[in-house]
Amino acid sequence: MLGKLTWAAIPTDEPIALITVLVVLLGIGAVLAWITVKGHWTYLWKEWITSVDHKRVGVMYFLLGLVMLLRGFADAIMMRTHQALAVGGADAGYLAPDHFNQIFSAHGTIMIFFTAMPFMVGLMNYVVPLQIGARDVAYPTLNSVSFWITAAGMALINISLGVGVYSRAGWLAYPPLSELQFSPDVGVDYHLWALQISGVGTLMSGINLVATIFKMRAPGMTLTRMPIFCWTALASNLLIVAAFPILTATFAMLLLDRYLGFHFFTNDAGGNAMMYVNLIWAWGHPEVYILILPAFGVFSEVISTFSGKPLFGYRSMIAATMVICVLSFMVWLHHFFTMGGGADVNAFFGIMTMIISVPTGVKVFNWMFTMYGGRVRFTAPVLWTIGFMITFVIGGMTGVMLAIPPNDFLLHNSLFLIAHFHNVVIGGVVFGALAGYMYWFPKAFGFRLHEGWGKASFWFWCIGFYIAFMPLYGLGLMGMTRRMQHYDNPAWQPWLVVAMFGTVLIFFGIVCLVIQLAVSIRRREALADTTGDPWDGRSLEWITTSPPPSFNFSVLPDVRGEEAYWGIKQAALRARRLADKPVYEPIHLPHNSPTGFFTAFFAVVLGFAMIWHIWWLAILGLVGAFAGFVVFAWRDEDEYEVPAAEVAAYDEQRRAIRQSLVDTEARA
Amino acid sequence: MSADKNTEWQGDLAPGDELAEDSGVSAGVRGYLIGLVVSLLLTAASFLIIHDTFLWKPGIPVALGVLAVAQMGIHLVFFLHLNTGPDNTNNILALAFGVLIVAIVVSGSLWIMSHLNNNMMPIERVMDLHQQR
Repeated sequence: MLGKLTWAAIPTDEPIALITVLVVLLGIGAVLAWITVKGHWTYLWKEWITSVDHKRVGVMYFLLGLVMLLRGFADAIMMRTHQALAVGGADAGYLAPDHFNQIFSAHGTIMIFFTAMPFMVGLMNYVVPLQIGARDVAYPTLNSVSFWITAAGMALINISLGVGVYSRAGWLAYPPLSELQFSPDVGVDYHLWALQISGVGTLMSGINLVATIFKMRAPGMTLTRMPIFCWTALASNLLIVAAFPILTATFAMLLLDRYLGFHFFTNDAGGNAMMYVNLIWAWGHPEVYILILPAFGVFSEVISTFSGKPLFGYRSMIAATMVICVLSFMVWLHHFFTMGGGADVNAFFGIMTMIISVPTGVKVFNWMFTMYGGRVRFTAPVLWTIGFMITFVIGGMTGVMLAIPPNDFLLHNSLFLIAHFHNVVIGGVVFGALAGYMYWFPKAFGFRLHEGWGKASFWFWCIGFYIAFMPLYGLGLMGMTRRMQHYDNPAWQPWLVVAMFGTVLIFFGIVCLVIQLAVSIRRREALADTTGDPWDGRSLEWITTSPPPSFNFSVLPDVRGEEAYWGIKQAALRARRLADKPVYEPIHLPHNSPTGFFTAFFAVVLGFAMIWHIWWLAILGLVGAFAGFVVFAWRDEDEYEVPAAEVAAYDEQRRAIRQSLVDTEARA
Repeated sequence: MSADKNTEWQGDLAPGDELAEDSGVSAGVRGYLIGLVVSLLLTAASFLIIHDTFLWKPGIPVALGVLAVAQMGIHLVFFLHLNTGPDNTNNILALAFGVLIVAIVVSGSLWIMSHLNNNMMPIERVMDLHQQR
């Protein structure tokens, strides 16, 4: 009846996991109780859970990323404190080998799939339609479904904490370790189903944003007038569409191995584990560019806005982005040089890896020349950007070192590699996400984030990063490999203690983020952005109010050149008045839809049932998820109308504010 | 005027295109039927050449490859309505990008996997080692 699920699945013998689960359940219970007592359920359901507005979906994505950052960081600090103590035998430190292996697997999976991805998808969801002058994404309901399916994957990975175990096979679940023979329990199944389900969500979101960028641009917004963030989002989503099917197919083959006795990647019956490694990296390398390209876009927007200059080398930036987009598919072997391939393949992929650093170098020079001669305002987003430029260049250079095959034979799977990819992921993706968060927060909520706490967070993160990861470069060169539950070389311990202190500094950085949010909400009156253009922005998202209305723009903007809003703003300042009042027309917007929420609910049921081999429940989940789509497809009406008068009344207010700005500027 | 335009446009019709004026069910079905018949013919042809002797034996895999590519083309044109019309540029580009990625991944994987045992000792020498103890 319940497949493999028994009471033994509850980890009563692991106090750390059990206490965590209890605390999390209490926390969730408290939040739910608070919502019930305050009577916020209707508001939540109508305005957020069923919302198909790209702005709401984007905010929810980002929130998901923030929550999972806490979970992933808890794993990180456990590993660092454990390794700082774990000199000696298997009983050194405080984490058992079995538990330690689950923690590093969960840390990698959560940080990439449920922190970095939601951060970037959230930013793209929120900002891209505003920047290209669209009212929403191309398929609003699909967008909501994508988000909720990603959340379903996240739910599964968190359920593994309290029911059963998580994978011990690392974040990519290499066979043969992840095959049934060596991982007979449900850990790897949790990993595979969580990522299969959330992968579907990511793929749909990628299709949606590609279609949005190609088809929904405002009149006059040609491709070469789009803000650079839209270009990087386009490249990133093209990569999602091209790469995620590879991940899905690879995991599907591993699932067939595990569930139906196939032999794709087994040691016996003609399977070949290296084929899995090959395929997973054919997805995995584009994946790192899926994450970093939108971050490059954020930095471009931030540095141009706060330098008060157009981005230097706009066209070369587009070329660099698209070159990276294609080249990212031609370097994947550098993740497994040590497979033992011949000189031909190793040389080819080594050289390709060095070539891909060239367009990235172009970008760094463009950012520096954007700042050169500009009047740079050192706000929190700019600090993240400058921190990124320095940190990322170091990470890029160690990456080129790893791209040299003979070097890689020495450094493969050592802590040098760990230091390298944290150097580019924290210094690039995380800094980018946080820069974007502080840059676009006033647009989303109508008030700025507190600058002081933001800067404090930056300094803790930045210095903490260097103290936590520079020792790992050294440890890698000293021969320490990754994923060690214990070690017997006492010379490593001091460095690991230093690294642990760095992680504590990063923890303070996260605390500052939380305080910043709390303080900003409390002081939202003082920090309010009434103009809709708090940073003297250059692209179209700043032409509308903060927060934007559900329809984004009262009339679709007429784009006459690059930096659409800057042009309109300068024209108004020169003429000392706004452009003539447009003719308002009623606007059609999609209805809210609970399709996403219900689909995700049944997707969790499906995943959970497959993991525990509860076949009847799996069928129920599949039928339920499909039924959601059928019901949605048979809907009678899918749009409502915002009357022209309402649009006009809204725009009246916006224009009054804008006119007063023009007047102030004229007097000054 | 509009009739003129239509006839002119009909002369420029790509396979799989639907006519503007008869957008009814029958016209829609016609395209799918043509596609179905042609793809069935291609499928039958592939079964025919492996069971018969009128093709030179080593040529059979090549012929199967050709038929498979033709099959894909039929599907793209008649079922997915991919044509050379001006409003189809995005679809063509998407297809080109997809073909590029598939080509890179497939050829790259074959190349990499053919190098899998490159740095391994040849099996005869492993045997020698065993015998030497």
